Amino acid sequence: MDVFRIKNFEVTNRLFVGTGKYASYELMQKSLDASGCQVVTVAVRRERLIDAQGKSLFDFLDLNRYVILPNTAGCFTADDAIRVALLGRDLLEKNGNKGAGWVKLEVLGDKKTLLPDPVGTIEATRELVKEGFTVLAYTSDDPRSAVRIKEAGAASVMPAGSPIGSGQGILNPLNISLCLELLKEGDPTFPVIVDAGVGAASDVSAAMELGADGVLLNTAIAHAKDPVNMATAMKFALEAGRLSYQSGRIPKKRYATASSPFEGVISYIPGE
Amino acid sequence: MSLDSIMKVIVNGEPRDMADGTTLRALVEQFKLQPEKVAIELNRRLARSDKYDLPLKDGDQVEIVTFVGGG
Repeated sequence: MDVFRIKNFEVTNRLFVGTGKYASYELMQKSLDASGCQVVTVAVRRERLIDAQGKSLFDFLDLNRYVILPNTAGCFTADDAIRVALLGRDLLEKNGNKGAGWVKLEVLGDKKTLLPDPVGTIEATRELVKEGFTVLAYTSDDPRSAVRIKEAGAASVMPAGSPIGSGQGILNPLNISLCLELLKEGDPTFPVIVDAGVGAASDVSAAMELGADGVLLNTAIAHAKDPVNMATAMKFALEAGRLSYQSGRIPKKRYATASSPFEGVISYIPGE
Repeated sequence: MSLDSIMKVIVNGEPRDMADGTTLRALVEQFKLQPEKVAIELNRRLARSDKYDLPLKDGDQVEIVTFVGGG
């Protein structure tokens, strides 16, 4: 099996899928199943104190099947992100889920772009590592920020292909490949996951072909016309991209090179 | 409940009147929540399950959270 490690976490499927924005919990369940994912992300939010009959995500997530990766989405300061991470870990410890101890760290800059605040991300990474967390840090595709976050102690760095939920795919493949190169220099097993921006299956393949260890996505499945089939497409795209990367692509050339020999073509006059 | 036995506690941003001596566990039960499906902060610090039976004080700030769908 194609296993990869993020510090003390062993992951057998490289597609991480979010649980947000599905039309129903039933559709979410079917989509997660179709995607083949092992790791699912969740958010931590205030309990609604009026609506006692409200359905809970807990009732629709098989905690024995999935490893839950709680995020700190919606946090704009390192302090808030740390508080949310501690709350998420406590919830997972109470429920005996394997995800207790890791966190998808998001420290955002503003609500419009949802782009990460690199300084806040670095601060929060340092603190959470002190608290014993395995930190998977969401960041932009800026290679130097990625390196700084790794130096702060992140167990995985997760550059965005494009803004969260934008579906624009990988806008700057050069930057993603530079992130990969710098993060893995002298440390080839350091896990790098492309997080955010995926719009279609081809984006997942593209990320994997660049050499990413995994892809994290949510909206591209949840808001597809047919989320379950899109989840299936994502599963195959991930496998295809991974295999393609491992198989070693041909170099790009300026001119054509024929696949069929010229020798023996009819009407060919030798010497002409 | 006499007036001096009432305290104000802020729960998820909203001030609420409570009987003196109310615990986090009682608070969770009052909202018909299951303690293992929530995590709780008391005055901006995580309160683990072993703190759920301590009485709250007037002016305490409580956050009760759970998991929701997210990416």
